[in-house]
Amino acid sequence: MATHFHSRALTPSSAGLDPLRRPRRFLPRPRRLSLSLALAPPSPGGSIRCRPGFAPLTARTAAAPRPAAAAAGAAAGEAAKSFHGLCYVVGDNIDTDQIIPAEYLTLVPSNPAEYEKLGSYALIGLPSSYETRFIDPGETKTKYKIVIGGANFGCGSSREHAPVALGAAGVAVVVAESYARIFFRNSVSTGEVYPLETDVRLCEECRTGDTVTIELAESKLINHTTGKEYELKPIGDAGPVIEAGGIFAYARKTGMIPSLAA
Amino acid sequence: MASSAAFSPAAASFAAVKKEFGLSRSVASRPFPSAGKSRKPASKRIVSVMAPQQTERKPAATGSVKNAMTMTEKILARASEKPELSPGENVWVDVDVLMTHDVCGPGSFGIFKKEFGQNAKVWDREKIVIIPDHYIFTTDERANRNVDILRDFCKEQNIKYFYDIKDLSDFKVNPDYKGVCHVALAQEGHCRPGEVLLGTDSHTCTAGAFGQFATGIGNTDAGFVLGAGKILLKVPPTLRFVMDGEMPEYLLAKDLILQIIGEISVSGATYKSMEFVGSTVESLNMEERMTLCNMVVEAGGKNGVVPADSTTFEYLKDKTSKPYEPVYSDEKARFLSEYRFDVSKLEPMVAKPHSPDNRALARECKDVKIDRVYIGSCTGGKTEDFLAAAKVFLASGKKVKVPTFLVPATQKVWMDIYALPVPGSGGKTCSQIFEEAGCDTPTSPSCGACLGGPRDTYARLNEPQVCVSTTNRNFPGRMGHKEGQIYLASPFTAAASALTGYVTDPRDFLQ
Repeated sequence: MATHFHSRALTPSSAGLDPLRRPRRFLPRPRRLSLSLALAPPSPGGSIRCRPGFAPLTARTAAAPRPAAAAAGAAAGEAAKSFHGLCYVVGDNIDTDQIIPAEYLTLVPSNPAEYEKLGSYALIGLPSSYETRFIDPGETKTKYKIVIGGANFGCGSSREHAPVALGAAGVAVVVAESYARIFFRNSVSTGEVYPLETDVRLCEECRTGDTVTIELAESKLINHTTGKEYELKPIGDAGPVIEAGGIFAYARKTGMIPSLAA
Repeated sequence: MASSAAFSPAAASFAAVKKEFGLSRSVASRPFPSAGKSRKPASKRIVSVMAPQQTERKPAATGSVKNAMTMTEKILARASEKPELSPGENVWVDVDVLMTHDVCGPGSFGIFKKEFGQNAKVWDREKIVIIPDHYIFTTDERANRNVDILRDFCKEQNIKYFYDIKDLSDFKVNPDYKGVCHVALAQEGHCRPGEVLLGTDSHTCTAGAFGQFATGIGNTDAGFVLGAGKILLKVPPTLRFVMDGEMPEYLLAKDLILQIIGEISVSGATYKSMEFVGSTVESLNMEERMTLCNMVVEAGGKNGVVPADSTTFEYLKDKTSKPYEPVYSDEKARFLSEYRFDVSKLEPMVAKPHSPDNRALARECKDVKIDRVYIGSCTGGKTEDFLAAAKVFLASGKKVKVPTFLVPATQKVWMDIYALPVPGSGGKTCSQIFEEAGCDTPTSPSCGACLGGPRDTYARLNEPQVCVSTTNRNFPGRMGHKEGQIYLASPFTAAASALTGYVTDPRDFLQ
């Protein structure tokens, strides 16, 4: 584990972070989030709460992936978000072959129809010891909006199909103790899922099917089934990138690159 | 579990030394080359008649440094035109080579076109290398279509390096076709010291064996690089692995990297660079160095590097005409941690199911009955890997007891199997030795069943069997069946296991 290493010679805060998490030089600072907007009460229906006018994440995954995501991000503006729904709990070192087995990599994520199909195979590679399956038989979407994992989530290959499959299946947030580098980066680049971190071993605190709410602005996870509350690590400057729908959408939105002619 | 494997008492010969300022004898003894001076014989072509450019006189590159840097820091400093860099800094880096393949190419092209425009041109048609290799010899229509998408894009963009395959019935009638991208990149001269190479594949880190920065990226980042030729990277801190001592004749680089991953766990190098130095590393040939760097991603590493030396320059001699400038870690460069090995005391290793850090000695697993052996992939399907396997079969003179599948990484490797004489065999080739041992005939070069792939992939694990494999990952389902069990091992150990039908220490045959 990373904690075995001593980094006295280095800036401690820098260890273990990828560019997109602390992009101070290149990305303009996000505008401050309005706290009051973050405090919307959880909805029993399980949909994602946010400021009026923001298209729920489930809506964007139902349409063609990127254009819809970009539009949703632009419409959302600086909304502070909370995510509410059922959670699906997995263990340590969930690798990309378990998230989306290689036999499905013939699907091209940038093709809208195949994007949808990728989603229907999300987490199909989990061993049969996971008795509750992530996607019910005959379904193409998951009923679990939030995935909770242990350490080193998304290790293995660099396939962007992994965060894409989760996002396409209807996942909004993954909460894990740590991530493999490329999975984290791909999640932010595509804007498909929020890869949130926590120091708490949530995969042992929560059980599949628990109802949870994540308050993004407060970096907090509430398990309504157990009545417990947990602290998450702030998503930082990666948040606005994911909210916009990925690096390209964010760069356009903030004027880093010109908008495409219609 | 990852954390429990780290620092287990099994690793008596492996000591972790924490230091603020790494000072390694092996690096200190190396003369520090001045910038702009490649050890490669200078090109006969006159490149410039001007006075040396200012960029070649930056303190960071001349040796009169103010702040010492590691190799990885220096490569990224040069590629971002900064005099110096420290771990944690975010920099825009110029990319020397971008590689993609049939699994991630179509998606990357889709993003490139969507974001840069349907008529956009790539940033440099000579710096993009496209290598179909994953799902080639299959009737899967989507897999075949993806190779067609690569071909159309290469034609449209006039991509210089495209290793195409059109006739799937016989790979040999496709002279352009190579096979596994990471091995092909090296064999075709796309790996050069000091450069930045990105690829849409996690094992792109293999190229670090040439003393360059190489790492895997996703489709969206690749889409950006296709249009812009740059990428935003965070400079990683470096872990240094010093391996000294004579390599016993029953060990291969695979044993060393399995030992390291077992020591630091599958996330022990997450976001970090891994630098391999020491007399043992210096004694390794290029393919063995590639094996070492290939699996740094299995420890979570961002990249792996081996300092370029005469072995590197010799390998590159007839492969590239481009000038290159190797860089080396400064004597006082800062390393996050330093690990030291006495390689002479190590024993053949395996990684048990279902994690590459689930380390055990091969002899500790001698009661594990196996169903098959697989020799192939970017990790264990190179010429040296097949020569090693052949050496064990030759020494035993026996036949394999379980089906033994041989998947050469590239067309060149396939030809070597059929042409190169195995030392000490009286002129026999690997193919003859494999045939006498009862192995399956070496098949068409590709990534094959290393990652499962479409259902009709050769040697795919379609049953819940136990397989000893020279590949790189053994997570559940990696080679096809979710309940399959994969023991990762060196080609020596794989061949020895094939001969007994159990996981077997190669010393049973090599001593």
